[in-house]
Amino acid sequence: MSLGILMLVHTALDRAEQVARHWARAGCPVVIHVDSNVAQATHDAFVTALSDLPQVLFSRRHRCEWGTWGLVAASQDAADLMLAQFAGVRHVYLTSGSCLPLRPVAELIAYLEARPETDFIESATTADVPWTVGGLDHERFTLFFPFSWRRHRALFDRFVRLQRRLRLRRPMPPGVIPHMGSQWWCLTRKTLQAILHDPARARHDRYFRRVWIPDESYFQSLTRLYATQVESRSLTLSKFDFQGKPHIFYDDHLQLLRRSDCFVARKIWPHADRLYRAFLDHPETAATRQDPNPGKIDRLFAKAVSRRTRGRAGLYMQSRFPCHGWENGVTAGKYSVFQGFAELFRDFAPWLAQVTGTQVHGHLYAPERAEFADGQTVLNGALPDSAAARDANPRAFLTNLIWNTRGSWQCFQYGPRDTPDIVWHLARDPNAQISVISGAWAVPLFTSGAPFADLRAEAARLQRAEHRVLDQLRSPEAKARIRIWTMAEFIETPMEPLQLILDEIAPAAARRPAAPPEMADLAGFGQFLQTLKNQGMHPYLMGDFPVDPQPRPAAGQTRRPYLVKK
Amino acid sequence: MGAWQSYRLRLQRKRWLIRAFRKRRDLRAVANRTDRITASDLLVFCTARNEGVRLPWFLKYYRDMGVGHFLIVDNDSTDGSRAYLAQQQDVSLWTTGASYRRSRFGMDWMNWLLRCYGHGHWTLTVDPDELFLYPFCDTRPLRALTDWLDASSIKSFPAMLLDMYPKGRIDAQPYAPGQNPLEIASWFDAGNYRISRNPRFGNLWIQGGPRARLFFPDSPDRAPALNKIPLVKWHRSYAYVSSTHMLLPRGLNLVYDEWGGEKASGLLLHTKFLDTFGAKAEEELTRHQHYAGSSEYLAYAAGLQDNPDLWCRWSEKYINWRQLEILGLMSKGNWA
Repeated sequence: MSLGILMLVHTALDRAEQVARHWARAGCPVVIHVDSNVAQATHDAFVTALSDLPQVLFSRRHRCEWGTWGLVAASQDAADLMLAQFAGVRHVYLTSGSCLPLRPVAELIAYLEARPETDFIESATTADVPWTVGGLDHERFTLFFPFSWRRHRALFDRFVRLQRRLRLRRPMPPGVIPHMGSQWWCLTRKTLQAILHDPARARHDRYFRRVWIPDESYFQSLTRLYATQVESRSLTLSKFDFQGKPHIFYDDHLQLLRRSDCFVARKIWPHADRLYRAFLDHPETAATRQDPNPGKIDRLFAKAVSRRTRGRAGLYMQSRFPCHGWENGVTAGKYSVFQGFAELFRDFAPWLAQVTGTQVHGHLYAPERAEFADGQTVLNGALPDSAAARDANPRAFLTNLIWNTRGSWQCFQYGPRDTPDIVWHLARDPNAQISVISGAWAVPLFTSGAPFADLRAEAARLQRAEHRVLDQLRSPEAKARIRIWTMAEFIETPMEPLQLILDEIAPAAARRPAAPPEMADLAGFGQFLQTLKNQGMHPYLMGDFPVDPQPRPAAGQTRRPYLVKK
Repeated sequence: MGAWQSYRLRLQRKRWLIRAFRKRRDLRAVANRTDRITASDLLVFCTARNEGVRLPWFLKYYRDMGVGHFLIVDNDSTDGSRAYLAQQQDVSLWTTGASYRRSRFGMDWMNWLLRCYGHGHWTLTVDPDELFLYPFCDTRPLRALTDWLDASSIKSFPAMLLDMYPKGRIDAQPYAPGQNPLEIASWFDAGNYRISRNPRFGNLWIQGGPRARLFFPDSPDRAPALNKIPLVKWHRSYAYVSSTHMLLPRGLNLVYDEWGGEKASGLLLHTKFLDTFGAKAEEELTRHQHYAGSSEYLAYAAGLQDNPDLWCRWSEKYINWRQLEILGLMSKGNWA
């Protein structure tokens, strides 16, 4: 019986009894502290239930509120009692009522036998760890905390602010260097005795009584004064979430806990019958042990914390609806937006799909309907092509589409005829690759052969709309990868910019475009623009087109850009 | 939010509570077993009308989850469900012949019962065709969730309505009492939900799913709301404002994270689209007891004549909660 167990209990007393019996069965003396918030009758019943075990004792009761001195006082009294009553105890292990031993007690005893001088207590200086929640790290040792954080939060905060302003500081007891760590420790008799029987204990207690959350720092700091060999880790497996409260273990964690390789776990849900049965009634033996894999548990809980604090990029749902700028990824994946390409090139979409292997949609924001790839009327995630539903919330349509197709690059066309409200969302999304040939909207007008009066009005409308689009794309807050060419500029060397875009979409693709897409026949386009000008409507977005151009070589004969091959 | 608006919301909350107090006279107790409710019981609150065929599965589903007591208002059923419910030992039953519409679609009755019996309990307010689903529901009872919510100081838990539908005609497969409705209505829309924030009450407003896709393609704003907050640690000063879409005080509506993280959330699997639906829709057309002049039901009736298949090529087949979590319809938050 070289190992003694201290147990701080405040709820689920039936489980505490079960665990106390387990320790006692293995020959460990147990000292239990019952929170004085527990009703007297409940307490008495608990004491009676355990009265058949002579090596289970009860220490003086304190009121244990989270973050207060009561927890330390309870541990001190219980440790005192343990050291006084059980002379054979060499290590004292502090546990709570919701702790559960995972490995046979004999293994723990043997482990400690082999390390008779070692104190297991997580203890780090405040400057070096980012554990603290609420922004109080070293200040928890230098300020006064007369108000409860749980019950009088406003007073607590205001008093902290006041002390900061007045630059109040408390003197620290000589020799003490503040350390912090998990409150569940396993200390040697020698160290505990030194702490508890130190002539300066009254001074230490007076000081730590006013420290915030002293149960995480009292023993952690004082151990450093006396211990010969500190192993700064807790033997208790305990995971904390982003608010600093412990994660709870349930029945479905059984396999994880079996492979955790820790001696004790905290904290266990009191109704986790399967866990209690598995670890108390049928503790595994060396023969049935599975390979330890403690990393798995770490990953599980680290993921939970990151899910709660950062979430899944590009997901908007009932419990994740980030404010502007806090999206951590406006959309779930990369995508490309093309403006003017489908107008300038014949069959641009099929060509792009073939060359890049991506899903290429038509004008997703067209006024009639969302033109999904391959003429589909419903897309992944049962996203309908209704224009009204899309325009009721254009951003949701985009984020849904990208979320639903995550894992595959999406391309779609945009144009000045389309829903204007989406442009700003595209522009500020770093996942978007936006390529614009300005003024290309004039090509379909040019080839349509419609009455000129109509064309003139339509051209004026489209030019205004595209101008607004370009303004938004050129805003300093735009974060997308944006490239804008005038149409005149683009048709000078169409393959060079195309190659640039393709390389971004599919950098590793061996498929170099065998043939460039076929360009619309622009013979007479300059004259068309001039006619618009003559009508008083000045088309400026497409750049300079001579009225009577030199005959150009057909698009098919354009020289391919000079590519350096390795 | 200014003090003035805060005060107006307070007045509004009082108004709903007073209204609930007035409407208590609609209710006549058939079997009041509320003295059997223990302090830690999880409670289900429900309004039902002619849902006899669904009740066996409904009760079984929630009993298995660990619900301790059901408080049900029977709105003038004619299918014998009143007698059936009155026999159940864990059901307290009230009946009323009063207008569903004029009790704000049952919410006045619910608010009254919640105020009388829900105080201090975790309460789940659902319809008989709604099956509540939460993270780890296959391995952890509902109490594990509520204990965790208590430990995290969370008072309300969201569960979006997820419309489930069969493949093929709605009336193709008959539903038998006691059968799991998800065996028939096992398909859902995974990713066509639109969300916006309601600045007044702070809740999210979610529309979409198969109903918006098929019945409201051209008037999306009239599509039914899908956001719900059915699980609440009730206090007698709380009140549901509109169905279980939102509550007052408005802090209870902040069930979503605004800084990029995900809070934990569940789903209400809505198994409305069984073979019983056609008859129900027809009845509502003559009763006019549903929201917005039953316009929803008018749209259904029209839609169902043209194209009775809600299924499409991109519908997902329901497997389990983990599937829904991966699809981003619900979240484990930091519960692990």
